[in-house]
Amino acid sequence: MNDSIMTVFDKYHLIAAFAVIGLTMFLAHWVSKRFTRGRLHGSAIAILVGLALAWVGGVMTGGKHGLADVTLFSGLGLMGGGMLRDLAIIATAYGVRFQEIKQAGVRGVIALFAGVLISFVAGAVVAVSFGYTSAVDITTIAAGAVTYIVGPVTGATLGASSEVIALSIAAGLVKSILTMIFTPLTAKWIGLDNPRSAMIFGGLIGTTSGVAAGLAATDARLVPYGAMTATFYTGLGILLAPTVLFLAVSALV
Amino acid sequence: MVIYGVGLLAGCMLVGLVTGDVLGTLLGIDANLGGVGIAMLLLILVTGILKQRGHLPESTEQGITFWNAMYIPIVVAMAASQNVAAAFSGGLVALLAGALAMALGLLLVPVLTGHRREPLPSGDASTTSPAPGRTH
Repeated sequence: MNDSIMTVFDKYHLIAAFAVIGLTMFLAHWVSKRFTRGRLHGSAIAILVGLALAWVGGVMTGGKHGLADVTLFSGLGLMGGGMLRDLAIIATAYGVRFQEIKQAGVRGVIALFAGVLISFVAGAVVAVSFGYTSAVDITTIAAGAVTYIVGPVTGATLGASSEVIALSIAAGLVKSILTMIFTPLTAKWIGLDNPRSAMIFGGLIGTTSGVAAGLAATDARLVPYGAMTATFYTGLGILLAPTVLFLAVSALV
Repeated sequence: MVIYGVGLLAGCMLVGLVTGDVLGTLLGIDANLGGVGIAMLLLILVTGILKQRGHLPESTEQGITFWNAMYIPIVVAMAASQNVAAAFSGGLVALLAGALAMALGLLLVPVLTGHRREPLPSGDASTTSPAPGRTH
């Protein structure tokens, strides 16, 4: 019977993922209701469970895709991959009030530039304080703090070593994962309860997976607004980091 | 038919992604510049027009709202396939750089938002609502 289970889960991996995630959501909402009286949102718990499982999967297999590297759960990679994620993000825009987007538009753009800049500066300051002195290394690590895609793209453009590129990816992953965890916890303090602040949040944080999951765990109605600005963030980072920002770092060190 | 809605959604996504890719190429960067955002705007625009003219029956809507409601489960699957182990074994530099970037970003949200706050009308925030933020 074990063999049959393995064969079916492996062959119908996407269906298995639907079942696994369905069960996870059910348990998370049950825990939310039963133990936190709904104070900690079910979606937030589900995302935390997902991250914990990803950690277990990563440690077990040494792979790059969390639980999706475990053969039984390989469908999670397809279900949570970029293709379906982006389709679902776009679907959340259905019914959005265009007026809201127009009103927050300018601030959203300001937030985008400010977000790339402060993340980059944060990464650069940490890199310098850990003794990195070459402009290429500092820029690559700083670009990683923007997103885990900006880091390696910048590093490859500037010819950084593979260790530094790996560090930059790790920095971006940490930012993304911490955003998933801390957004719902801090949402009240930072006023993340309306479309306008959600758009600014998306522009400031930018890392798509972090913004997507952080807002989902806070209030699903805010997702389209945050996702709208965040989608420009990585592109802007790739535009600025290896060029203007690299020149600025070179001038300073 | 439900497939009309799914097809419309897919069409908006493809047009948006191609536009974002062209934008990226024009600017000389190896990335898609805002493709998803452009697709979102396109979907808002097209469904708005169709609805006004009465060409968006409920069955068509369902093709879009299904994927809307699948968003959170998909995000949970995404969380479960993140490289969490690598993130937390990347050393102190990576941890601090990522944490500081996140903290500064969150702190700046109220600064840039300003004082005017209009909370969303209270309602059911659950994912199963067909269209979050819809006014009618």
